[in-house]
Amino acid sequence: MKAGPSPSGPLAIDLRDLSLTFETAETPVVALSKVNLQIKSGEFVSLIGPSGCGKTTLLRVMADLVRPTGGDIKVNGLSPGEARLARAYGYVFQAPALYAWRTVRRNLMLPLEIMGVAKPEREARARQYLAMVGLEEFANKFPWQLSGGMQQRVSIARALSFEPKLLLMDEPFGALDEITRDHLNEQLLRLWEQTRKTVVFVTHSIPEAVFLSNRIVVMSPRPGRILEVIENHLPANRTLDMRETPAFLDIALKVRRALRAGHSYE
Amino acid sequence: MSDVALRPALPAGLQRLREGNTLPLAAVVTAIIVLWYLGAIWLNAGLVEQRLEQTGQPPTMSTFIETAWSLDRPVLPAPHQVAVEFYDSVFTRDVSSPRSLVYHAYVTGSAAIVGFLFGTALGILLSLGIVRWRTLDRSLLPWIIASQTIPILAIAPMIIVVLGNMGLTGLLPKAVISMYLCFFPVTIGMVKGLRSPDPLQLDLMRTYSATPRQVFWKLRWPASVGFLFASLKVAIAISLVGAIVGELPTGAQEGLGARLLSGSYYGQTVQIWSALFMAALLGAVMVAAVGAVELSTLRRMGAAAP
Repeated sequence: MKAGPSPSGPLAIDLRDLSLTFETAETPVVALSKVNLQIKSGEFVSLIGPSGCGKTTLLRVMADLVRPTGGDIKVNGLSPGEARLARAYGYVFQAPALYAWRTVRRNLMLPLEIMGVAKPEREARARQYLAMVGLEEFANKFPWQLSGGMQQRVSIARALSFEPKLLLMDEPFGALDEITRDHLNEQLLRLWEQTRKTVVFVTHSIPEAVFLSNRIVVMSPRPGRILEVIENHLPANRTLDMRETPAFLDIALKVRRALRAGHSYE
Repeated sequence: MSDVALRPALPAGLQRLREGNTLPLAAVVTAIIVLWYLGAIWLNAGLVEQRLEQTGQPPTMSTFIETAWSLDRPVLPAPHQVAVEFYDSVFTRDVSSPRSLVYHAYVTGSAAIVGFLFGTALGILLSLGIVRWRTLDRSLLPWIIASQTIPILAIAPMIIVVLGNMGLTGLLPKAVISMYLCFFPVTIGMVKGLRSPDPLQLDLMRTYSATPRQVFWKLRWPASVGFLFASLKVAIAISLVGAIVGELPTGAQEGLGARLLSGSYYGQTVQIWSALFMAALLGAVMVAAVGAVELSTLRRMGAAAP
């Protein structure tokens, strides 16, 4: 799956032979080795793989939180640093990372304050995006007054509030119970269908990846690399019930086999 | 909305009283007072014997105890003697007269508060430098710690003499000594507080391409407020100690320290004890004041109700 830029749309992410080696005291650790991946604008792509396969590192490279040591990367046609300065992406972390001293509303307005958005506009956006994740009535609560799932919804709304074209999500639902997770998966999918943002989504969970994505990138550790990219042609307007259909299970099986292949020689 | 989980509000009133510490506190105070009365008999025994010999009274149990608890200059005055002296010197005298404890408390307290304010400013300033520049962390911190290992009683007279030579007397030298003591916990607390944001919170700021100034005001500063108040409570208590110590070497006429000193010159133990109680009360009031500001500030910053 090393397809070149497709004529059908501009590339949101373009990785060519991307490598990253961490220098440690003992031996250098190869976190990413010759990663090639092109993500089109408006795609929902999941990165899946066991711990240590470099999926989070790859996301952090896209966000300019880590610098690659080799290869080439473009985010919306810019270098990651330029893209970060252009506030091209919103990042959702594994933990909500809400600031405890700010109310939900003011947490949402944090990026807008930093980016110099005028106050009336900030208020309007906070209202709009809180409504989008269904938390209007919690605007004036502090983070500790919310459950983990609600906190993560706030953090997603916060990433959306400055309207980036690209959403980078690092196991956002990893710490939540399964029922909440299902619920949020469905919400996220509806959100994506509404906004058609490009989403790069890191996960451990096969059903989650299959349920959400257009494409599933299967990664393997030591060195971190892409094993296989699996296309997912399940129709739009997916529902949770769909996870029992043969078509869904078929793709899930493909992902599982690819993951197992990565482990076979260890 | 299946994941709604608001925490229940705290039940007020009754439960707090039941779980409160009024009862244990009262028990401890009663025990201390009883021990104190017994101690007064024991420690004053020598003086009582002399007195009874002089007056020729028969040394019965009741006269012995009565005398032990009513001596003019006892080794250890009885609680009620201290209470009476305290009451007289606080409530029955003109607060602007040097015979009023309120006046002395005001003199010492104002020096302590000025020193506390300067010390807090200095402490915060140092912590900013230490967090901002790695070299300051290595070069300055050992000196800051060393400064606190010198006994304040040794350095206080020097500060008084040097500042006195420069024409500074009265409140300011005492405030300097207070500052010298109380910048330390503020620096240590604020260094910890300013470094308390976790990597995730810092990464978040980076994804927004926030400027260092924005990272400071929107993350590091608010994250350190809790640490600041913990330090301030220690700082205000020791600033009072500093101000009292600052009054000792000069033979000052005013202030709780001067009151303690003159009391010990003339063997006025009752006066010493009531000055000590005033100092304790003043300290408690100042710590409580900082605590009240802390509570209202942290409440506004979303801290859970205690």
